[in-house]
Amino acid sequence: MTQEIKLEEIFQSRIDNGEKIEPKDWMPEKYRKTHIRQISQHAHSEIVGMLPEGNWITRAPSLKRKCCLLAKVQDEAGHGLYLYSAAETLGITRDEMTEQLLSGKAKYSSIFNYPTLSWADIGAIGWLVDGAAIINQVMLTRTSFGPYARAMVRICKEESFHQRQGYEIMLGLAQGTQAQKDMAQDALNRFWWPSLMMFGPRDEDSPNTAQSMKWKIKRKTNDELRQQFIDITAPQADYLGLTIPDPALKWNEERGHYDYGEIDWEEFWQVVKGNGPCNKERIDARQKAWDDGEWVRDAAMAYANKKAANRNESKTGS
Amino acid sequence: MKDQLYKYLLLLGDNSMILGHRLSELCGHGPNLETDIALTNISLDLFGQVRSYFKYAATLKEGETEDSIAFLRFERDYYNTILVEQPNKDFAHVIVRQFLFDAYHKPLLEQLMNSKDETISAIAHKSIKESKYHLRFSSEWVKRLGDGTEISHQKTQNAFNTLMPYIEELFIETPLELAMKNEGIGADLNLVKASFDKTMSDVLPSANIETSDIKLRKTNGKSGFHSEYLGFILTELQYMQRAYPDMSW
Amino acid sequence: MTNKKEWPVWEVFIRSKNGLEHRHVGSLHATDAEMAIENARDVYTRRMEGVSIWVVQSKDIVASNPEKMGELFEPAADKVYRHPTFYNLPVELKHI
Repeated sequence: MTQEIKLEEIFQSRIDNGEKIEPKDWMPEKYRKTHIRQISQHAHSEIVGMLPEGNWITRAPSLKRKCCLLAKVQDEAGHGLYLYSAAETLGITRDEMTEQLLSGKAKYSSIFNYPTLSWADIGAIGWLVDGAAIINQVMLTRTSFGPYARAMVRICKEESFHQRQGYEIMLGLAQGTQAQKDMAQDALNRFWWPSLMMFGPRDEDSPNTAQSMKWKIKRKTNDELRQQFIDITAPQADYLGLTIPDPALKWNEERGHYDYGEIDWEEFWQVVKGNGPCNKERIDARQKAWDDGEWVRDAAMAYANKKAANRNESKTGS
Repeated sequence: MKDQLYKYLLLLGDNSMILGHRLSELCGHGPNLETDIALTNISLDLFGQVRSYFKYAATLKEGETEDSIAFLRFERDYYNTILVEQPNKDFAHVIVRQFLFDAYHKPLLEQLMNSKDETISAIAHKSIKESKYHLRFSSEWVKRLGDGTEISHQKTQNAFNTLMPYIEELFIETPLELAMKNEGIGADLNLVKASFDKTMSDVLPSANIETSDIKLRKTNGKSGFHSEYLGFILTELQYMQRAYPDMSW
Repeated sequence: MTNKKEWPVWEVFIRSKNGLEHRHVGSLHATDAEMAIENARDVYTRRMEGVSIWVVQSKDIVASNPEKMGELFEPAADKVYRHPTFYNLPVELKHI
């Protein structure tokens, strides 16, 4: 027991000194579990996040937009893969994580349970959802667990085009016809509040924050990150000539920040609990891909095993 | 002549576009992440080719752009083959469709590299590297699935039974293709066929796939006579351009 | 709990250009070495990141034990004479 406590102290002082923790290092069980949970949730978010945007690939309005969107959604598969890999270093397999997603045991970002109803939603997601994600992810490039931090560095490098492609779509719409402007405003109306919810509950309702800060999984609180996002995004909406659907949103000279209205937390918790507009559709789609793919994954493995066996046979034969 | 070249570019581009479209439907739904990413790469390669062909075509006809060509034609004015319209019935169909197309596409591009038309030749030089990779990828998967498990073998054989009949039209020269060949611009489909046959005899035995009993079907997508699938593909593909005409995105 | 059917994990190393070493970039799943190379190409070189790929199955990598970090690496700490700065030479001396 005292041995354990001493190890934890050493561990904590390593983190306090800014050292990175690598997979084979000693770590408290809770640190391992928290990381498996957070990294796999993050990976699931990337994978489920492919669905709402994927919804518009076949209907993209131009060849250029189609290619950009395809490349972006594909990047999300890559990011999910990097993150699953980081979690796998902690002793869980990707299959196990997938099962946790499908059974509902593991969560993913609630934003992806909202439907994409128009092409402008693709712009709004790139601009707002990726914008919010980047704020989180930049912070995570300095997290204490080495594989997670390295995955984040790679993801941030690739992600920088995502938000720009979203904003460019919005810009095109904002400078277009009335129908296009209306489409853009409607997308902002629907995605603004869910984007703010991406940062998680208010600090006073976020019991894990203190521990996460101590381990440097988090370096800023939910409310701090949310404020940072609003401060960055409000002027971008002005530039587009769009109105953020929050009458309370106003620059506060004294605070040096925007004030904003109350988030509908009841909606947030409903979506988290699985009662959002598309929770079921998202998981059903993942389940279908998983089930339809099973015979393919098995066949490839069987083929490789057969080939390896043949190779061994011919070796011993000669 | 200019008119024929224009149509020939559409024929080349349409095959890549409709196949690219089918593959893009799978993005986010693949059997695992690695395969999902690989298939999307192929789709992106194909759309890249489409844009090259259509950009060039747009220079040949007043008032056209790559997007007007891609999105604003009627069904009869698309010249892709029936093969590439076939739906993603299961992963075996996806792979076999890809394999049959790649086995045709690679030797086609090899010939277009020598086209007298410099732009076509340049596009072919760039695309051939992609196509070689696609063929390697789809050949490997045909072997994996054909010689994997009993289930995968059955599904792969089924996919060949369904899709192989559509290869006939790939090699039947339309008047347009004949004219382009004679100009030194287009490919000689007999040579393409020889290479296609060799690929089949290289790959199919190791995949345990039997195709000798499969009856070929007379189809003529290349002249605009399509399967019922194309109408639905175009309904999606053209939705935005039709619902919001004359806007830029 | 581990699923025997799951594709094995491979570590991927990429040389970004000739003249540089291969560097570890991440991992992925593949059934065999050929597929691992192809998957690495699709997953890790989408933005022209590489000219050469190495893959090795993760289970084949032999790693030093972090608990032995002390005995493995600390003995090097006092061998300051291995570093050029250990040697005092007059500053006016050039090219040495």
